[in-house]
Amino acid sequence: MSNMVQAIRMALHVAEERHGVTDIFGEDVGPPLGGAFTATQGLRTAWNSPLDERGIVGASIGLGLAGCRNVAEIQFCDYAFNTIDLLKLAGMMHWSSNGDWNCPMTIMTPVGSGIRGSIYHSHSFDATATHIPGFKIAMPSTPRDAYGLLLSCIVDPNPCFFLVPKALMRVRAAPGEEIEGEPGDDKTLSKLIDAPLGDRTAWKPQWPDTPDLFIPFGEARTVRAGRDLTVVSYGRTLPLCAKAADALAAEGIESEVIDLRSLHPYDWARIEESVKRTGRVLYVNEDTEVTNFGEHLIRRTTDELFYSLLAPPRLLAGAFVPGIGLADSLEMASVPQLPQITESMRSLARMEP
Amino acid sequence: MSLRPVRAAQDAELSTELLLQMHGLMVKARVLEERLIQMYKQGDGYFWIGGPGEEAFNVPLGMLINKGKGPQYDYCHFHYRNSATLLAMGAEPIDSLRLMKNTATDPYTGGRNFVGHYSIREWNVVPISSPIEVQYPMAPGTAIAQKRAGGRGITIVTGGDAGTAEGDFATCLIWSSRPANPLPVLIIVTNNKWGISTHYQGQHGERRISDRGKAFGIESKTIDGNDPEVSYREIAAAMEYVRSERKPFLMEALVSRLHGHSSASGANRVNDEADCLQGFEKRLEERGLLTRAQMDELRARLSAELQAAHRRVKEEPQPDPKSIFDHVFAEKDLVREA
Repeated sequence: MSNMVQAIRMALHVAEERHGVTDIFGEDVGPPLGGAFTATQGLRTAWNSPLDERGIVGASIGLGLAGCRNVAEIQFCDYAFNTIDLLKLAGMMHWSSNGDWNCPMTIMTPVGSGIRGSIYHSHSFDATATHIPGFKIAMPSTPRDAYGLLLSCIVDPNPCFFLVPKALMRVRAAPGEEIEGEPGDDKTLSKLIDAPLGDRTAWKPQWPDTPDLFIPFGEARTVRAGRDLTVVSYGRTLPLCAKAADALAAEGIESEVIDLRSLHPYDWARIEESVKRTGRVLYVNEDTEVTNFGEHLIRRTTDELFYSLLAPPRLLAGAFVPGIGLADSLEMASVPQLPQITESMRSLARMEP
Repeated sequence: MSLRPVRAAQDAELSTELLLQMHGLMVKARVLEERLIQMYKQGDGYFWIGGPGEEAFNVPLGMLINKGKGPQYDYCHFHYRNSATLLAMGAEPIDSLRLMKNTATDPYTGGRNFVGHYSIREWNVVPISSPIEVQYPMAPGTAIAQKRAGGRGITIVTGGDAGTAEGDFATCLIWSSRPANPLPVLIIVTNNKWGISTHYQGQHGERRISDRGKAFGIESKTIDGNDPEVSYREIAAAMEYVRSERKPFLMEALVSRLHGHSSASGANRVNDEADCLQGFEKRLEERGLLTRAQMDELRARLSAELQAAHRRVKEEPQPDPKSIFDHVFAEKDLVREA
């Protein structure tokens, strides 16, 4: 069963063989490395670019305008901040031309904490990405979702962000969530598609026959049903929310956990339906808490669901500090961890009107 | 001479017909810019920016572009001083007035963007935007597609001298000349010696902007962009090189800026810079190709046409406020249908 990085690689293979992807590129994306996280090993159209993020985003836009489906990687989202105006430009290409041009392109970038990446390898990007209109934004928390969301990004006529939570890259799919056609045994899959250590010049991957799976934008996934409160999350914090929900069930608190998966467009209908039932909602992500995407969701919750609420809608997010410090103690204190998530859910569930 | 066939065009005599065509377009472009400035001054537009003074370069550029849709044709990554190029490619002057007046009928942006900010997918003119550098990193992208597609389509990117101070200009030089995949990009800098109010001399230590291409092994040249005959020959030769060699070329064209940076600095006519149109008209008169009276008549006729167009555009509707939500997302993959 694949981990997320293998699922991404298989999706990219399907995209270049069957969906017209012509270029998968960025820093260290091509051989010999095949990506800092190995997401692009063995791909036919993968190539190495100069270490120039503005060049990468610019080339991605140009390729898109020329009708070439492409996936451009920014090695860490921390290095995408110097490309913001180019990203804004991509996001406005269709709008500013009054519908004349469109720009199909996918910016794939690892996000968030979890690898003790210090100040410049731990940033989140969801708050920034959701401030750039014109982009569709996907952020998976399972290998299967990564596979299906990435394919949806690639065939979309609009620019898309595919945000990959670093902390979940090596996490394997849960039973029942495998991708059709992939070998069930980890070692077999690894032998087929992981590049060997050392000299790789003669190596060729053997791709399993995996399907065209398109997980649509704007369709969240209910990970766990519950009557007492709604928890909406995505990326690294999503499995923590699910784990907390399991623990709280022993205390008699039944939490409904929703994996948003797609941040724009997003599945408001599912949130609305759930919150109307539970009357309590906690939004969890790890980007800095001021002008956080969760704040938008809270605003909408208050505007539209006020009379269904039994408690104030809450946001648990990253501390509003300039960066995530390297020391274990600093990283753990900067972004939501299991104990805080559990406690936030418990207190919200027990809050009396 | 025969050893450098790509240079042969430089020595070719330009036909009388071609010279007259260039002259007609230069006058049309000048008169258009003057009308746009007048529109600004009369309150028929919020802002003016454009390229009066660059016609001798921008007109031949437009005439030589192989316009069309998709990688077999030239991709144009222009900046906001290229109205003369668009006219030479066949754009209707009245549409520039609509862009100026931000009317619903503006065919380029539907009233969303400034004058000079063209967008024509039918001709591979990608949306022009206000930042002075962002076109440079996009250009290699379309050129990668063209290199792969084969054929003779090239990417043309234009910007000003001040924009070369941005890192994006270096990005374009580096990405166009990667040994792994050199690209068919004609990189153009029109050097008018000004960045808004700041003179080039105090900010740029390089002797010539074109010298920067040499460090990357890019064929590079500085030309007199105020001479339409020189410009025509040099652009033709550079394009032929890029089309056939599938490699980049850096061209710096020395031009004038006759009405300042934009309306923000008044847009008034300056008198201390060479006027390419005056120079060309003097030459045409000396060669007996046109009389002063003929040229005055042409100018008066084009001015009257634009005045009438201005009156017409004033009556056209403004965009519907509800339209702000139109085209946030594309429903169709328009660029892949090309």
